[in-house]
Amino acid sequence: MVLKGRILVAGSAEGPLLRLTAPLSFWGGIDPKTGRVSDPRHPQHGLSIAGTVLALPEPRGSSSSSAVMLELIARGLAPAALLLGEADAILALGIVVAGEMGYGTLPALEVAELERLPEGRVRVSTEGSIEVG
Amino acid sequence: MTLALTAAERALLEGSRGPAAAMAMRIVAEAARLMGAESLVEVESAHIDGCLYHGDSGVHFAERLVELGGRVAVPATLNVGALDLLHPGRVRFDPETSRMARRLMAASEALGCKPTWTCAPYQAGHRPRLGAHVAWGESNAVAFVNSVLGARTNRLGDFLDLCCAITARAPRYGLHLDERRRARLVIDARGLSENLRRLDAFYPVLGSFLGAEAGSDVAAILGVPADTDEDRLKALGAAAASTGAVGLFHAVGVTPEAPDLATALGGAEPERRVALTPALLRHARDRLSTAAAGSDGIDAVAVGSPHFSGAEFRALAELARGQRFRVPFYACTGRGVLTEIERAGLLGPLKEAGVEVIVDTCVVVAPILPPEAGVLMTNSGKFAFYAPANTGFATVYGSLRDCVASAVAGRVVRDELLWS
Repeated sequence: MVLKGRILVAGSAEGPLLRLTAPLSFWGGIDPKTGRVSDPRHPQHGLSIAGTVLALPEPRGSSSSSAVMLELIARGLAPAALLLGEADAILALGIVVAGEMGYGTLPALEVAELERLPEGRVRVSTEGSIEVG
Repeated sequence: MTLALTAAERALLEGSRGPAAAMAMRIVAEAARLMGAESLVEVESAHIDGCLYHGDSGVHFAERLVELGGRVAVPATLNVGALDLLHPGRVRFDPETSRMARRLMAASEALGCKPTWTCAPYQAGHRPRLGAHVAWGESNAVAFVNSVLGARTNRLGDFLDLCCAITARAPRYGLHLDERRRARLVIDARGLSENLRRLDAFYPVLGSFLGAEAGSDVAAILGVPADTDEDRLKALGAAAASTGAVGLFHAVGVTPEAPDLATALGGAEPERRVALTPALLRHARDRLSTAAAGSDGIDAVAVGSPHFSGAEFRALAELARGQRFRVPFYACTGRGVLTEIERAGLLGPLKEAGVEVIVDTCVVVAPILPPEAGVLMTNSGKFAFYAPANTGFATVYGSLRDCVASAVAGRVVRDELLWS
């Protein structure tokens, strides 16, 4: 199956899909030292987002999530790609700043029907297509 | 959709004000492009949330801008850092982390930002006028400046707020636009008793409910009493911006863009209406407490997220007078308010009761709470939301009066009648 996303930050990547089933603020929700979901109330608590194609239907909460994203990229613990249910200036900005700092970037796409994406290995292309299986 | 830049903005990109301003302009323009903005808007002021240490990368970013000759072009206040600079030793970082946190705070100052170190800059003299375009970071500060003061900013992430301050520009989209400021959701709290709606403790719970319900939508709230003070609106916004991505709410009859419901809705029909029932409110309140039900032990109390105002300290001093706390009691505030309460003669009595005043930072962003995690009681929806993940403490939510009574008793004392 192939979905098309709106490109927020262009790039290609591949990784296992990790779907967050509840909204998550990266600040207070992801430990930048480990890349794991650290909010004990979150359904994916304890899972690592590093190297995953991270599907986040609703980004929430703190504006410091940009800084957590930058730190994850600097430490090599970032997701391989970010699929957002709605465009979010806060997370994508962490990626833009990582590019400026020379840490590298990752693709970020806004995807209208994230829930249609089946589990499995996901490839994201520089043109914004998302392919599973 | 393409982004159109003015001649002055293009000149910045080409280095008219040096390489730091060019780098800042690249980041602002990229943020505008990815959010679909067609132009930038000139901003009058900024509040910067990038001075809290989250890792070395943020320090290197701020220091890069300093090395490149960066300087803010509009008045800019600073949010909390990771250290209490007036009371060294309160924050238990290892020396290396302390050094990096201090470097970040120093770089932020070197860029020309005012060292206010507070998440309530709007209570430290930074009060943009109604309708002003500004570039603010920190979710509670954004909610307040939009909702209570009627200035206009999006929820800017760390780094973008600083880049906006250096370029005096922000991407023109979202909450800068009239159309995006009208409410799409109505939350009707009029079914709750007036007594309940006149409690301080109601507002963080209302905010938590609002954030969970609204996500990033703008809501109009019915049933907030007309004389509701700004500390209550501050608590409402901070909680809403924790459980949701709320950047703007309208309290009908209270906040400046909502003299009545029709105005708040911009003359259109709302997409959704939600009646806030006592059961929904109790559910929202209960979600703020993560400590095991039935056990009533507490290990610490914390207030002041957002940072306590002078008025909140006066209320605390009144409740704490002649008392002696059995557990550590932290009150977080800005250094401006600390000076105010010192002058008012409140600091001595507060300390005598056992209140430890923390400035420049707070207990959920820096290791200040007792080293062995236990149960934290708070009157703050934001502390209640972030403490479990950030500090390892389980939470109990209560009113300021409950917090003081519990600190005196050394166990949870809550007036449940308030919520019935």
